[in-house]
Amino acid sequence: MRFAVLQFGGSNCDQDAHHVVEDVCGVDCDLVWYKDGFSRSYDAIVIPGGFSYGDYLRAGAIATRTPVMQDVCQHAAAGGLVLGICNGAQIGAESGLIPGVFTINEYPKFICEWVHLKVENASSPFTSEYTKGDIIRIPIAHKEGRYVAEEGVPQRLLDEGNVAFRFCDAAGNCTPESNPNGSALNITGILSEKQNVLLMMPHPERAAESVLGSEDGKKLFDSMINCCEGSY
Amino acid sequence: MTITVKITISLKDGMLDPEARAIQHALSNLGYTTASLSTARVFNVGIDTDSPEEAKIMAAEMCDRLLANPVIHSYEIEAKK
Repeated sequence: MRFAVLQFGGSNCDQDAHHVVEDVCGVDCDLVWYKDGFSRSYDAIVIPGGFSYGDYLRAGAIATRTPVMQDVCQHAAAGGLVLGICNGAQIGAESGLIPGVFTINEYPKFICEWVHLKVENASSPFTSEYTKGDIIRIPIAHKEGRYVAEEGVPQRLLDEGNVAFRFCDAAGNCTPESNPNGSALNITGILSEKQNVLLMMPHPERAAESVLGSEDGKKLFDSMINCCEGSY
Repeated sequence: MTITVKITISLKDGMLDPEARAIQHALSNLGYTTASLSTARVFNVGIDTDSPEEAKIMAAEMCDRLLANPVIHSYEIEAKK
């Protein structure tokens, strides 16, 4: 089993994601520079957080138009796992891997804080180690993280089980007060239709070791690994 | 000949514009009451062609493929010789 973490100019969570996959979870993981492309096949591709191309034009817009993203989309179309975190989620959404976009926060400033998330789907390749309804603590760090989609789409995603995570309070209530960036229906983790792509603004790689204050994000990587093990 | 195309990208009607709201608030602090305010981005693109129509078609393609996101944006294109 082998994971890849994609690096663009301006990615800055690539080493963290690589560390969690390889050192914390014990799975072989390559750092892949976008210009080099993929020289072998991977079970899962992680598009990490950061500020690719300085967030010029729109967060993720430039990285999306690089040739390597066509390979990522092909990997996803063939059923391979793709996890987009923060800037990686913005890139994945710009690439059309899920409906909708992540755009400027309702209150237009950078937010860096711990949040609570409610696990809405515990059967996907990314969430099978959780239980539906779990409340987990994971940090966010973004200015363009408000999930927006065409009318009716957020509710449909929720109804069809394609929402992995929603912002909530410590008791699990998804309220306007517990929605730090104004995302539609508090949604911040979206699965593709086949559920082999997860795009999320919170950073599970920053909450995968107790020394960092939470291990809640590790289950996400464990879920991916279990899913990949099942395919061997 | 180069034709300059002015591309204006705006948020679609009804889309929340947090920057505009913050600017409107700041204007209000300066004593200006504004009925509405919206933001937009303008790109001036020089295209080597004699045909304004061709330049506009190319500019629309640029919007569809990169400059705008159809989920949240609309765009207007003007061609100037």
